[in-house]
Amino acid sequence: MILAAAIPFSELLSYGDKGFGDEMFWGAIRTLQISFFGYAFGLALGLLGAIGKLFGGSFLRLALDGYTTILRAIPELILILLLYYAGTDSLNALLVLLGREPIQVNGLVAAVVVLGIVQGAYATEILRAAIQSVNIGQIEAARAFGMSPVQTFKRVILPAMMPNAVPGMCNLWLEITKASALISVVGFTELALATRQAAGVSKQYLILFLVAQAIYLTISIVSIKLFARAENNYRRGQQKLAEA
Amino acid sequence: MRWEWLPKYMPLLLNGLGITLMVLVFSVIVGFILAIPVALVQVTKKPVWYQMAVAFCSYIRGTPLLTQIWILYYGLGSIFPLIPGMRENFMWLIRLDAIYYVLFAFTLSFIGYEAEVLRGALASVNKGELEAARAIGMSERQVLRRVWLPSAIRKILPNLAGDVIGQLKATPLAFTVPVMDLMGVTSKIRQDTYLVYEPLLFLAAIYLVLTFLITRAFLYVERQVPARR
Repeated sequence: MILAAAIPFSELLSYGDKGFGDEMFWGAIRTLQISFFGYAFGLALGLLGAIGKLFGGSFLRLALDGYTTILRAIPELILILLLYYAGTDSLNALLVLLGREPIQVNGLVAAVVVLGIVQGAYATEILRAAIQSVNIGQIEAARAFGMSPVQTFKRVILPAMMPNAVPGMCNLWLEITKASALISVVGFTELALATRQAAGVSKQYLILFLVAQAIYLTISIVSIKLFARAENNYRRGQQKLAEA
Repeated sequence: MRWEWLPKYMPLLLNGLGITLMVLVFSVIVGFILAIPVALVQVTKKPVWYQMAVAFCSYIRGTPLLTQIWILYYGLGSIFPLIPGMRENFMWLIRLDAIYYVLFAFTLSFIGYEAEVLRGALASVNKGELEAARAIGMSERQVLRRVWLPSAIRKILPNLAGDVIGQLKATPLAFTVPVMDLMGVTSKIRQDTYLVYEPLLFLAAIYLVLTFLITRAFLYVERQVPARR
């Protein structure tokens, strides 16, 4: 009712496409970029964290517990602001200490690092649980064969843990594509901020935001399909779960 | 570290805490109640309603909450004034104040996430219990109220704490539309004092405490609910 009364729809659509298609396209690309690299960085941190939590000394375990507990209890938005300013400030302080000029930190790199550190805390817990789900007897058998820790991990733990890790990893990826919108608060022009700027210029808030949300939704839906396929792949050779 | 701003801004911060908690409590309670029918039509596969509920849940869970808030505040907010007569009645006030949009957006979001959880829980309730309830002559409404829902809610109780904390952690997004919640007050302090870290660290500490309190509260509630598995 409200929509029909207020908006000449076709006009808005053509306007949005002609004027702001390119800005929003590049915004979407940058959203995917920071999500992807942040995700990869987060998973790497998470894997190290999980191994540290399972096999590390008591001090390392305590430190990692602190990392995962505190980062998962504080809102992402606040963490992003804190890490962004703290990261760029301390980097510049370091540069000044070394006698160099302070630099303007690349927004993309900062976004990736900040998102990765936040995701690392969640990834640590997911990967730790997945590794723990591997039958300890299989790991002991691998050791008894004389495999090195790295070989054990590559040949036994990794293939066995993946089916249990994929659903959590899928959630993490969906989280980061959505959390990447928060990077807009530090002024990095990804999809959400590009849309907001385009809408600010054209005053066509509703239609442009709808387009942006359609892009986010498409990313989510395609991702879910791909992760489901990956899980099936990792579960090949396992017994099928009984149909509910 | 400089903290001399703290006493001066204490009243504003307390006010912000109130707004943050109001957004949290309102959206969780109203959202949970409204999530029940959204989950129910999915479990019972009620035609049309089922498709609408599935589409709604994927939309909420598949797009960032930040853009959902913006689309309501800037999007809906920008077309309200175009409607003739809109400025003359009480709706104009609602259009003006961002807090209503925030409450609406957060409630919708909680409905979307919680309906998904409830759907799973409702579907996993033992069919025999429902058949037994029907067999002794309960109406569908009674079955739902006395057997189906209590059983489903008990199943999701351990997850509910996590969902409420997730909602708490989303509340700072409200400051991106002009709302003076904790985050909004904090960014005002940062603008006024030119301090980068102290207000943010203080805010982080408040959220840590809130998370801790919610965790404890839910542990307490869980212990009160009799569970025999």
